[in-house]
Order: sequence, then C-alpha cells, then structure tokens
Amino acid sequence: MKKIFYIAIIFTALGWGCDDESFLNKEPKNILLESQIWEDESTVLSIIADLYVRFPEYQTVTGWQEFTNFDEAFASSNGDYWRHKSSEYGYDWWRMWDYELIRHVNLFIEKCELADEVLLPSKPRFLAEARLLRAAYYFEMVKRMGGVPLILESMQYDFSGDPTYLQFPRAKEYEVYDFILSELVDIKGDLPDDVNIKSRATMALDLAMQSRVALYAGSIAKYGQNTPTVTLPGGEVGIPAQMADAYYQKALDAAEELLLDGTYSLYEKKEDLSDNFARLFQDKANNPEVIFVKDYLQSEDGAISNPWTLVNQPWSGAEDLEGGRLNPSLNLVQSFEKLDNTYETFQTVDDAGNFIFYDNPSDIFAGRDARLEGTVMIPGSKFKGKDLDIWAGFILPDGTKVSGTYFGDKKTLPGKDVEEQVVGYDGPIDSREYSAQSGFYVRKHMDEATGSGQRGLKSSTWWVRYRLAEVYLNAAEAAFELGNSAKAATHMNVVRHRAGFTIPLVASDINFDRIFNERRVELAFEGHQLWDMKRWRIAHEIWNGITQELTNDPGKADAVQTRVFGLWPYKYYDPAGSENNGKYVFVEKLPAEVTTAHRFRLGNYYSEINDGIINSNPLIVKNPNQN
Amino acid sequence: MKKIILPFLIGIFSMAMVSCEYDNYEKPNVRLYGNIVYQGEPINVKYNDVNLQLWESGWDLNYRIDVTVSPEGAYSALVFDGDYKLIIPSHQGPFRSIENAETQSDTILVSLNGDYHMDIEVEPYYMVRNTQFSVSGNTLSTNFGLEKIIKDIDAKDIETVYLYVNKTKFVDFDARVADAALAAGDIVDMNSISLSLTIPELVPTQNYVFARVGVKIAGVEDLLFSAVEKVNL
Repeated sequence: MKKIFYIAIIFTALGWGCDDESFLNKEPKNILLESQIWEDESTVLSIIADLYVRFPEYQTVTGWQEFTNFDEAFASSNGDYWRHKSSEYGYDWWRMWDYELIRHVNLFIEKCELADEVLLPSKPRFLAEARLLRAAYYFEMVKRMGGVPLILESMQYDFSGDPTYLQFPRAKEYEVYDFILSELVDIKGDLPDDVNIKSRATMALDLAMQSRVALYAGSIAKYGQNTPTVTLPGGEVGIPAQMADAYYQKALDAAEELLLDGTYSLYEKKEDLSDNFARLFQDKANNPEVIFVKDYLQSEDGAISNPWTLVNQPWSGAEDLEGGRLNPSLNLVQSFEKLDNTYETFQTVDDAGNFIFYDNPSDIFAGRDARLEGTVMIPGSKFKGKDLDIWAGFILPDGTKVSGTYFGDKKTLPGKDVEEQVVGYDGPIDSREYSAQSGFYVRKHMDEATGSGQRGLKSSTWWVRYRLAEVYLNAAEAAFELGNSAKAATHMNVVRHRAGFTIPLVASDINFDRIFNERRVELAFEGHQLWDMKRWRIAHEIWNGITQELTNDPGKADAVQTRVFGLWPYKYYDPAGSENNGKYVFVEKLPAEVTTAHRFRLGNYYSEINDGIINSNPLIVKNPNQN
Repeated sequence: MKKIILPFLIGIFSMAMVSCEYDNYEKPNVRLYGNIVYQGEPINVKYNDVNLQLWESGWDLNYRIDVTVSPEGAYSALVFDGDYKLIIPSHQGPFRSIENAETQSDTILVSLNGDYHMDIEVEPYYMVRNTQFSVSGNTLSTNFGLEKIIKDIDAKDIETVYLYVNKTKFVDFDARVADAALAAGDIVDMNSISLSLTIPELVPTQNYVFARVGVKIAGVEDLLFSAVEKVNL
C-alpha cells in the first residue's frame, strides 16, 4: 500500500513538471535578449558606449611612452630608455588589423536598422554614430596599413569546410578614404549640432573628421610621388597624384563649413595666453573649442581616471612617489617662434664663445610663442602654485661643473665649508628617472586640480581628439596646397593670434615649412606627429638613422631629428666678486641615455601584415619594402 | 609519512622521464650558406639591413624563415633537409635580382640534402672599385672608383658617397666614430673619388681603425658599401 502511495507521488510530481510547456521556455534572468535590447534607449546607449571606448588610439594620455618614440620628448623612466637606444622601428609597429571591432560595429548597424523607431526614437542618431565610428575605425586602419578589405556587413561561416567565400582582397588605399568620406557626408544630418556634446559624435566632429581624412588622402596623393617605392601595383598602397587636388578641396570645404558656421570658436578665456592654452585641455565648462574627447573622471577606479598628471608631475612638488616621465625635447622647444615671426635657436654663448648670463632661468625663453609655456614647463615656471626647481648644478669660471646624483643633492662648493644644494629637486640628472633629463617637463594635459597627482585619485582631464585649432590648420594646409596662400595665412593667423603673435602672416610668408611647424607646435603631444610625417612622406628623411647634431634651423620641415636633445640650466659660481655669481647659464645637452639615432625605413610607412593574416586569407598582398 | 613520499616522488620522476619524449624535437642540422655576389664578388651591405626569405611549401600554414645578410655580403641559415624557395624581397639591398632560369622569376629553388653552399648572383646598381685607404697623422683618406653596373631603364643616380670609420668591424652610419660625405654633384671623376676625415681620439686608445666607403643611391634605401678594411694608424 505504502509503495503504491510513493509511486503515485513520484508520478504526480513528474507529471506536473512535464506538463508545463513554458518550463523550457523561461526568460533568462542573467542575459538580455536581442528584442529587449533594441527597444530600450539606455541599453543601446551602453552598447554604443562600448564602441566609443574601443576607439583605436596610438599616442594618448594613458600611454605617455609612445610620445617619446620620435623627437618630441625624452622618456625619463628606467623602463623606457630603450626608446632612445634602438635605431629602427619594427615593421609591425602601429599595426592594426581589428576585424573583431569591425564585426561588432557591423552587427550593431544591422540590428539597429531592424529596431522599431517608435520604441527607439534615437535610432537615426545611434545609426549615424555607429557609422561614424566604423568610418573612424577604417581611418585608423588605412593610415596604419594602407588599403584594407572593406567589410561592411557581418559575415557568417556556414561550416561547409570551405571559408574562401569569406575572403576579401584589400581595397585600394583611395577606395578606403573615399568610403570614409562618403559615409561622413551621408550621416552628417543625423548627428546633433550641439557644442556641449563632447564625448559623442556631433555634426562638428563629422566635419572635422572629413577635413582630417581628406587632408591625409590629399597629401598621400601629392607627396607619395616623392617615395615611388612606397606603392603597390594594385593601388593598395599609394594614391594617384592627380587625385590630390580633389581631396584638398574636400578638406578645405569641410573645414570651412565648420569654421564659418560659428558655433565653435577658439578657447580664449584667460588673460595669460600660456595659461589659456594649457586651460584649453582642462576646462570642461562651456569649452567652445573642443569637439570630440575621451572623458575621464577623478576616481579610485583606475579604469576611468586619467593617469597623465600622476606620471608626469614635477618631482619637486609631486603628490606621490612618481612623476616627471615625459620630458619635452629641445628639438620641440626651439621650434616655438619668437613673437616677430622668426625662428631662433637658444643663445647660450656669445660670438666670442663666452656664456650669456641670465638673471632668471626663464629669461632665455622670453619673447616666444605663448604656446611654449602652455605646452612645456620651463625652468623657472610654476605648477600648482609651486616653483619648479630645474637646474643641473653649479658651473665654475674654469668650466668645472659641480652637480649631484640625487634630487636636491648636497655638496661642499670650493672655498666653502658647509654643504649646500648643488642640483635642483627636479634635476636634471642624467639617468635619474623622473628628473627633467631634457631640462623640461610637459605641461599640456596636466591637471592643476589637487589630488590629480595621487595614485588613488588621478585626474579628470579629458583627452582631446578633435579641436577647432586643428580644423583651422587643416583649412590652412588645404588652401596652401590648392595655391591659395592668402587664405592659408588668414586661417593660420587666427590660431597664431591666440598664441600671442601680433604681426599677421601674409600670403608670401606661407610655405610648406610654415604649415609643418605650425602643426608641430600647436598640436604637440596630441598624437598627430607620426601620421603627419607619414602622409608628408618626410618621416624617412627626418628620422634617417644618421647621428647628427641638433639642427640650427628650427622650423625646417626636413631637418634631421633623429635624437632628442636637452637644454640644461646651471648656476654660475664665482664668489670672488664677479657680478655674474648666482646667475644662470645654459648648456645644450644630449641626455646620456640617448645613444642611438632613430631610423624610419621606407617599410615603416605602412605596417607589416603578418604571415598569419595572409595564411588565413591568401588574397591579401603584403606591404612594400619589408623583409 | 615516508611511505607516501616515496611513491609520490617516483611518480613525478617517471612523469618527467616520459614527458621528455614529447617536447624534445630534433634540432635543425643543415646549413645553407653563401654570399650575395656580382660576378663572384661579394656585395657589402649594412649590418641587419638586407634580408632573404626561405619558404618551405607543403605545410598547412606558410611562415617564412628570415635570413639576414652580414656586412660582408654573406648569409647562412640552419634548417632541415627539404625543398625550399629562396626569395630576395623586392627593394631589398642596393641591387636587383636576376631572373632565375628554372622558375622564370626571382625565386630560387633550393633542395637541401646536407650542408649546401650557394652564392646568389645579383645585379648591383654600382660597384665600389679600387678602394684604397691611407693615413697621415690623424687624417684618414680614401680614393675609390664607382662602376655603374645597371645601365638600362632601372639605372639610378648616385645621391651621396660616405666614408665611415669605426673602432670595430661594424662600420656604417649607425656604427661609426667619424664620417665624411660628398654629394653627387661634387663628384668630378667617377673613377677617382677622394674623401678624407679626421680620426677623433679613441677611448680606449687603439692603433688601428676599420674603414669603408658607403654609397647612397637615389631611390634605393639600403646603402652599398666597399669591403671593410683594417687601417693601422
């Protein structure tokens, strides 16, 4: 009897369980279904946010080291001296072949297109953003690799054992540029025109990107003629020269559309022009110049805060046990013009070879472009209200130098019997990491807020990817290349006026060197240098592997810049009554860790496509001039 | 306790012994070597500047073996027996490759069965001839000639000629203690080009230097050199 009862219970239980059809069709509680995603604005926003976060970057605030690979800066950090000791750039540097990213954005576009516009009112904006991001991803790839396969829809493998239908050859280089430009033109109307949107795509970003992309394509077409071997017969690398003018015209049109619109303007809020230039990268409230950024937030969460201030803060006033890594080079510093529009190297000795004495260490830098002190912390300047202490030691009348090996080291000077400080708390000391080994610290992107130099907090400063000054310079360059130097001068003068220049340039002043140098000083440490040198095809000339002294001709586009130099201030020590006792003198210095000249080979113009990629897709042709 | 440890150790040892079989491969044992030559004369290049590639077909995936050409124009690779394709990538070196009769391209088929010496004949744009070095005091002078080899449509002009001096046998624009340059426009007689430089103080002192001449050919990235010569001071 009991047995029967139990059996009955079991059967009833099983019967119940099986009875319900929906038992196997329950909605999962830990993942979202496609249908749930595409009917909710905030969920779609979080997906597009992921695509924004994955925006490819080379030189940026989270990787200070990459700024020291060329001639803008010295790397004052034990783990990075090799950057000044190795000659050649690997052929795989700057490689990007990220079709996972492309697939994800393609999937986004395909699924978003199917979404219901009633439930998802921002659908056109989301779609435009995704297409802009896809265009930006392709721009990143084409400037690194040349033409790449243009994959515009997600691909699905049918498990037939034959994947050849998924293999696509590389597009021609100009086809990729044309695709990017046509996408940007296409989606512009769906993007918001709002100057307060900085970290998402706007109409202004669309135009700014058009001007940059078209300018790159135009200069590759024009200057590619100087490097005839940097081409491929199928056009995957290299753009026909006759296409140059059309691209330059597009760059000019897009830039002027944004400039004449007037919604954006250069940042001019501070009276001190150097401060103003530095604040431009920090001021998040009503910043009229900044167009597109990656935003950061001061936080204990390391993933969302900006480490730039922490790793680069002056050692003398550091809020933590690190700083001082990025040291701008003398190569860059001497490129800043004097206010009468002329170039000059720094005067350390007079015609007879005697030192020139300066009362204050900053005097030697006086009368220059205001952007110098907005970009670089020079000896004698302040950061966060604290004086910097950059001086390399004492120099005696017979030329002997007395210096130390540690920050603020003490020694007894000749003729004295007490020890005193013989080197600054910021150095410069050769091979002492975090000291200003070039004599300079970086100021651009540095956050003046308290706590920004602490490991546990870091900074809220954003990383500016696009800003209006670049658009002015894009317009100036495009106009110059199209033969309209007067217009080029007009655009350049707007940017130069903000930097304190009172004498406007006229049409006859404009030449390629001017265009080159204006970008060099305005856009230093903003991640433009490598791409500019590549598209102008001068990278192999300025980084030619030849050990040469620092150029005496700053502002010359083709001057050799294979090694980074520094400028060290010394205090003159002559207590025997010389009026110059205690004044400052300067010595041009090659940092001891700089041992090798950089060499950019022709094969570096387009990064190597490795054998693995070619093995899985034999239609891919290799880039030229590599082994 | 001991009872447990002993079998445990034995177990580990026997595992170690057995696993040796799996990750021990035979090492490459066949040497392919030779020189890059023009009419039997090696073509000198810069260290680490010129590469050849070896490809072995028949595998699922193709990965190349890079072979670097030494400053004296020699190369060597340690590989296995088998059939290889040897390629000089385009725009490598101050020369162009000669079409191989067998493959009708610049690919050379190499069948290895034991060590193999093979000189690769190429056509350089120029050859440095009759290089002579002389020293007086601390001035080092050289005199040499340049013979134009390629005279057809691929012919290229000279851009600059250099004289390099270094303390070691590696002598080029990367490794040098002094150099002198002469632009092509200043060359009067291609058969007799003179260059001289002042040898700087050598630390530590040595009573010899190594010298050679480098030639930059317009539109060719890799420099052509003369043979390195030891010059006594």
